[in-house]
Amino acid sequence: MSNAPVDKGRRRFLTVATSVVGGAGVVGAAVPFIASWNPSAKARIAGAPVEVKIDKIEPGQLVRVEWRGAPVWVIRRTQEMLDSLPLADSRLRDPESNEPQQPEYAKNQHRSINPEWFIAVGICTHLGCSPQYFERNFGIAEGIDSGFFCACHGSRFDIAGRVFQGVPAPSNLVVPPHYFIDDETVLVGEEEGAA
Amino acid sequence: MSLMNWIDKRIPFSNTMKLHVTEYPAPKNFNFWYLMGSLAIVVLVNQIVTGIWLTMSYNPSAEGAFASVEYIMRDVEYGWLLRYMHSTGASAFFVVVYLHMFRGLMYGSYQKPRELLWIFGMLIFLVLMAEAFMGYLLPWGQMSYWGAQVIISLFGAIPIIGDDLTTWIRGDYVISGATLNRFFALHVIALPLVLVILVFLHLIALHEVGSNNPDGIDIKKPKGSVPEEEQAKFKFHERYTSKYDIVDAIPFHPYYTVKDIVGLVVFLILCSLVIFYAPTMGGFFLEPPNFQAADPMVTPEHIAPVWYFTPFYAILRAVPDKLTGVILMFGAIVMLALIPWLDRAKARSVRYRSTLHKVNLTQFAISFVILGYLGAMPATDLYTFIARVCTILYFGFFIALFFYSKNEKIKPLPERLTK
Repeated sequence: MSNAPVDKGRRRFLTVATSVVGGAGVVGAAVPFIASWNPSAKARIAGAPVEVKIDKIEPGQLVRVEWRGAPVWVIRRTQEMLDSLPLADSRLRDPESNEPQQPEYAKNQHRSINPEWFIAVGICTHLGCSPQYFERNFGIAEGIDSGFFCACHGSRFDIAGRVFQGVPAPSNLVVPPHYFIDDETVLVGEEEGAA
Repeated sequence: MSLMNWIDKRIPFSNTMKLHVTEYPAPKNFNFWYLMGSLAIVVLVNQIVTGIWLTMSYNPSAEGAFASVEYIMRDVEYGWLLRYMHSTGASAFFVVVYLHMFRGLMYGSYQKPRELLWIFGMLIFLVLMAEAFMGYLLPWGQMSYWGAQVIISLFGAIPIIGDDLTTWIRGDYVISGATLNRFFALHVIALPLVLVILVFLHLIALHEVGSNNPDGIDIKKPKGSVPEEEQAKFKFHERYTSKYDIVDAIPFHPYYTVKDIVGLVVFLILCSLVIFYAPTMGGFFLEPPNFQAADPMVTPEHIAPVWYFTPFYAILRAVPDKLTGVILMFGAIVMLALIPWLDRAKARSVRYRSTLHKVNLTQFAISFVILGYLGAMPATDLYTFIARVCTILYFGFFIALFFYSKNEKIKPLPERLTK
């Protein structure tokens, strides 16, 4: 054993350097544990687009299909429903759909490619419940007879999925990418010409 | 006692028993409210034991979970009993923990020097809520699924990282088998482990500072300040007597162990009544939609969390803004954790505090119960209004406390515990 005096500066440097290197090792070792919580490769490729046959859907009817494990609504809107859209404008948070909750081609008052067909992810933008569809008797105001009501926390959306003011949901319902393959079929989950 | 000697030479068994059980000085005036801590430990043991047995027959996969719970209920011998003991135990846990916390609020058990004890308690409460929430997903019923959907979506309210964070928690773009599997792992291994460690720390911290009591008066007096004949007549561990003169105290064992057993018997009778006659408690302990398998396409018409989450859920729902709602909901728990520093009064127990404080504490308890009721009901206009009033009262309790407690007029404090 040497009797040399303790070099405090050197001891301090070694302590700090060891701690820093050890800390970096801990951070590195944490990566696989944290990353393993991300969606697996299997979950990532499960998001394939789905084809929906629409020729049998009646006016006013809502059809639910599953896309990426979530419900997607396909609704054939009546003329009456379309006429009610402008009436709601003043009561909505985002009547112009400025928030990017839809593809560019659905950024319009009816929030769809074809006014008659409304396609949306049926998940409330508040906390993820699936709202109920009111074909009539929505009863929020004169002339607005249809829409969506989320029973979980009382959020309301009009028949184009636009959120009303004074409810917990912050934004309009999401419109997924979609396009019409022909008059009888719509493809949900992909833009026209994407693949 | 040569065996005991042999052991004590190798591990401090006798000394630890004396220090924490047979020669631990507990105030002599514990009342009903002081049963809750030991009851909580019994419930914890029940949850661990029945939980281990349930995992033996449960299948943690989206395809098999619901069916395996039905299998436990119908085909496994006494499976129904194990499951109902576990589900009733979960609610019983929160009953005793809420009463335990209210006891702390009443008698100022969070005040100096018990701040850290209180913080450990709040951490136990948080882990317990996470544990209960993850456990509720496992039966993979409709309420399991949509309840988890709502709670996980809460994290989506965090700006910028919210959406990625929720995907990370779920391990998928929606709640799926991946979510179920990881919740199972957390529910049966990770969180129970954390819970047991926290309970251990809670007890160690308790025994370091000593138990509070309904008078909020210290039983440990400065060494040499109390004449011999006025000190407690029991033998306490010298860890305590070497630093303090102990007054008005009795050893934890046998005095409080016997008392706790009486309370335990009554408690077990009540639990048995629930387990055998009303295991769903009219939909409050196990909710009707959960007897239907999870369906990601359709949300049940009315979804509400289990009763022990409803007060916080009502606060969330009362706020017409997503992020603010989530902040207030978590803030409701943070405020509780901060109370050791919000309350600046010179007296601990409500017995010696001002009328204003008594009123404030009472309104807090009432608001909490009303919020709990509203959180279980559908959100109508009237209910939302009442929930907003109660949310303001809930937070008002803490804010008012901070201001009036500084110069609060308290009753004269006795030197010793009252009869």
